[in-house]
Amino acid sequence: MGAYILRRALMTIPLLFGITVLAFGIMQLAPGDPSTMLIDPRIRAEDMQPYIEKYGLDEPVHVQYVKWLGAMIQGDFGTSLLRQGVSVSELIMARLPNTLLLMVVSTLIAVIISVPFGIISASKPYSLTDYSITFVSFLGLATPNFWIGLVLIMFLSVQLGWFPTGGVSTLGADFSVWDRLHHLVLPSIVLATADMAGLTRYTRSSMLEVLKQDYIRTARAKGFRQTKVVFKHGVRNGLIPIITIFGLMLPSFIGGSVIVESIFAWPGIGLLFMDAAFQRDYPVIMAITVIVATLVVIGNLIADILYAIFDPRIEY
Amino acid sequence: MIQTQNTLKRKPSMKQPKPDQQIKSKPETLAKIMWEKFMQNKLALIGVIILIMIIAAALLAPLLATHHPDEQFLTDRLAPPGSEYWLGTDTLGRDLYSRMLYGAQISLLVGFASVTGSIFIGTVVGAVAGYYGGKLDALLMRIVDVVISFPSMFLLITLVTIIDPSLYTLILIFALFGWTGTARLVRGEFLTLRTREYVLAARTMGIRNIRIIFSHILPNAMGPIIVAATLGIGGVILAESALSYLGLGVQPPTASWGNMLQDAQGLSVMKNAWWYPLIPGLMILITVLSFNFVGDGLRDALDSRVIRK
Repeated sequence: MGAYILRRALMTIPLLFGITVLAFGIMQLAPGDPSTMLIDPRIRAEDMQPYIEKYGLDEPVHVQYVKWLGAMIQGDFGTSLLRQGVSVSELIMARLPNTLLLMVVSTLIAVIISVPFGIISASKPYSLTDYSITFVSFLGLATPNFWIGLVLIMFLSVQLGWFPTGGVSTLGADFSVWDRLHHLVLPSIVLATADMAGLTRYTRSSMLEVLKQDYIRTARAKGFRQTKVVFKHGVRNGLIPIITIFGLMLPSFIGGSVIVESIFAWPGIGLLFMDAAFQRDYPVIMAITVIVATLVVIGNLIADILYAIFDPRIEY
Repeated sequence: MIQTQNTLKRKPSMKQPKPDQQIKSKPETLAKIMWEKFMQNKLALIGVIILIMIIAAALLAPLLATHHPDEQFLTDRLAPPGSEYWLGTDTLGRDLYSRMLYGAQISLLVGFASVTGSIFIGTVVGAVAGYYGGKLDALLMRIVDVVISFPSMFLLITLVTIIDPSLYTLILIFALFGWTGTARLVRGEFLTLRTREYVLAARTMGIRNIRIIFSHILPNAMGPIIVAATLGIGGVILAESALSYLGLGVQPPTASWGNMLQDAQGLSVMKNAWWYPLIPGLMILITVLSFNFVGDGLRDALDSRVIRK
């Protein structure tokens, strides 16, 4: 087991290296270079020289890459082009708690709703219940996430006034848990819907596989009730593969946060990324892209390790 | 996966014909079995019918539209659906029904063109990796791993900040970065198919590798590729609408379902014109749902393992 975990962890190193190369490569395609963005375009060419030297822009591309990578490993993502003097890591750290809160709450919502529906679907396959759940999942897979947000804001916030239209808390109001929760409801539901359909279908197929096993039939033959067999004997094995789906879902989940945070003006990493994208603030864009991809790689690593721990049938 | 009850039962057509009929009846070809199986999947059939209608509406948009999609009737902003504007008007007084038709052109064009590109790249990369194996395979699959690690939304947004979004750059970006899933799929197919006897036979006869890959193995891997392409179109339509909604996709005045929703998120729309955001959203939903139903039906119909039973 230890050897497997180590081997699996080492595999992420070339992957992370590839991610930084691709991100750096994409940024090289950006029109102009930081000097043209930072400095008054009317400046004379010879006066540009100190800036170009300061930012190392006269050095060959591979030297620039190594310097950038070296700084990044030490947590230095450079400074924002538009907010002078503010380091990118400060910007990100300030927004991180909001995004984490949103993601944790929506993951909980998604799991609490999808997993039971998946189990129910699998325990009565090809029944009306199963078809209904499957059909709703199909609808969910085809519905644009941002549109659900838009429709909810329109009916529940603007027309009925039940929920705020955006933000993390009421502006100017004192901190209160109720107020924060009130603001959290819609964004977390919308983000949760992004993966609920996939999670339900995945739970269903995984449970179906388990319920076909001999030991389930044995349990039924011993006279245990169907519900007990499904929820006690089946679920224990049926939910192991769900760990992997978390790893697989992570990219779409993080990607969904960009959209959800934009709709609800939720000041997290996603909104920071969108603002940076509109203003062409490349250091911020690049830092967030690399961090997010790194998170995905680490998420997959953790999912694989957990899978190895929870499923002793697999040998490595 | 939705399975209609019909697929569970044995179909009458698959029964062994009686001895005296055997000579007269036509032999069942694989294509015929697949076709019959597909036709029995009601949801897939509904999907096909809806898609034909949407494609027809997109192609015939100039004939079906009641107004020019970009013409602004500034005195009739946010008009409700009625006899003049069938689905009402947007914030600039443009006819929603006409914009919806022209938006279908954009969504379908982006969907079909991007997926054609990404399936092509993915198939070539996957086929080469799966057929040759070894170091080339390892290298190509590591590249796939890297591209797949980027959440697509972040990658797409980063790219459109560098390459200004237009219809054509969007298609290019979707094609250049959407091929990784297909590559993995095709590689998997090739890994098993390359060990078949007919491949060995072809090799023994001295047929060039390129030819074995594309004219001997590839036809046998087409099923999963077609399914992936069908489902992929739905995925691209969703991604394009999200980007356009964020203002980073198809740029106005060109109508796309996504940028119609961007126009529909203002407070005045939400207070007074609740039908407006519903229209483009439902169009996206119905279109993507149809592609998914068809893709699922094709998966069941083209799965050769099921047929052989």
